[in-house]
Amino acid sequence: MDIFKILDEIQKIDGDSVGRLEHATRRHFMSKIGSKLAAVAVPTAFASIVNKAYAQSAGAIDILNFALTLEYLEDGFYQMANGTAGLIPDTDKAIFAQIGKHETQHVAFLKGALGAKAVAKPTFDFTGKGAFATVFSDYKTFLTVSHALEDTGVRAYKGQAGGLMGDPDLLQYALQVHSVEARHASIVRKLLSAATGNAAIKSWITNAEGSPAAVYAGDDNKTQGGVNLTGLAGKSDAAITEAFDEPLTKDQVLAIAGLFL
Amino acid sequence: MIKNKISTNDSEKDGQKSVLNRRLFLRSAGVATAVGTLALGACKDDDDTVTPTTPATGTVDLGSGDVGILNYAYALEQLEAAFYEQVVKTPYTGITAAETTILTDIRDHEVIHREFFKAALTAAAPTQIIPGLEVDFSKIDFTSRAAVLGAAKLFEDTGVAAYNGAGKFIKSADYLLLAGKIVSVEARHAAAISDLITPKTADFASDTQIDANGLDKATASATILAAVQPYVKTKLSGANLPK
Repeated sequence: MDIFKILDEIQKIDGDSVGRLEHATRRHFMSKIGSKLAAVAVPTAFASIVNKAYAQSAGAIDILNFALTLEYLEDGFYQMANGTAGLIPDTDKAIFAQIGKHETQHVAFLKGALGAKAVAKPTFDFTGKGAFATVFSDYKTFLTVSHALEDTGVRAYKGQAGGLMGDPDLLQYALQVHSVEARHASIVRKLLSAATGNAAIKSWITNAEGSPAAVYAGDDNKTQGGVNLTGLAGKSDAAITEAFDEPLTKDQVLAIAGLFL
Repeated sequence: MIKNKISTNDSEKDGQKSVLNRRLFLRSAGVATAVGTLALGACKDDDDTVTPTTPATGTVDLGSGDVGILNYAYALEQLEAAFYEQVVKTPYTGITAAETTILTDIRDHEVIHREFFKAALTAAAPTQIIPGLEVDFSKIDFTSRAAVLGAAKLFEDTGVAAYNGAGKFIKSADYLLLAGKIVSVEARHAAAISDLITPKTADFASDTQIDANGLDKATASATILAAVQPYVKTKLSGANLPK
């Protein structure tokens, strides 16, 4: 069976069928590309399907490029850290290898979705213009930057979800990345708590506590769905703020990311 | 003692296949229309407007639209909250102070989620809010650390996959944001619980939970409800949920 001949036949009847088939094939294909097929082995025709910009609307492209920029930052950060001898203790290497792997996958996924519309990778200064000068030599500093990047990622994706409502597939992908970033944040916060001996740092964000402050601004919000939840079920303000992660706007996120650009 | 594992990789792939197949089906349907031989009956599952399914007596119907999704979330939060209330009330053998702190925190978060949904649904849809559910934890040995943490992991991973799967069906941007505020907290819980079970490993975001694109699970409501039903005496129906 010649798939292209079949496609030609279908297109004679249904002019948009190829577009829809590409969409479907891309979804199916994207689920397999990472696990089974080496990219170089992919037939050109299918590679073009994957590389064709997934995002069609300008708004969606903008959001995906914003996400890609953050993922570039995280990916570059963990590649550097995982490749720096003596930084991450042996006991914690499996954790950061896994986190780094996910960030690399997110970059590849977003680049695949954006195709030619993907922004280029910026040059990063992971010391935050000197604010974290020992980020790759002192484990506590590294953990501080790591947890801030992960919590920023969680808040950033959350802030963009509404902008993707017009494209349910992209919205779901964003949500699927969002919860992975939250898993990362949870485990890194635990490591940071242990390394600093600060039991007040938990896997969840209490009030607006955390450093740098800009990353946690507004996370002490207690009004949800228009209702002030103070005192709900007799729970503390700490618990109420921990139970809801707050979004950041794109401008807030870019201001934070700007530290590392 | 956890008998019902949620959405293995295979079921996830099946889900993707079904999306693909549906899309391919729609394409064929378009072709068929052109040649005048469309069989309408085969389209039933893809209709946007479905006749509401009337649940059997004694079954709680979650409802439809955004209210249905809120009820769905409320049901899952009820289950989680009840579970952690029991965990904190009857701690497992050998529980440490650090574990008590974590599990008590999580209990508080889940109770807050439950009470929030109750208040929100009571305000927004007083005639459609589902009642309090009767849970069934008889299969969980609350004296066993492994059993409790295993069940906790199941509930948390299920919660994450459920919210991730439901997000794209939410019509209100406000509700979508609220779901987003909650799902990341569930994901934080999932990672924290996993790290209690197998500390210092990749299990906080394992390769069985996260796919090769670095994506967490997003699972359909029908699959989620089937998986949690053994822990809820009240029979739940998600037949009218958006899908």
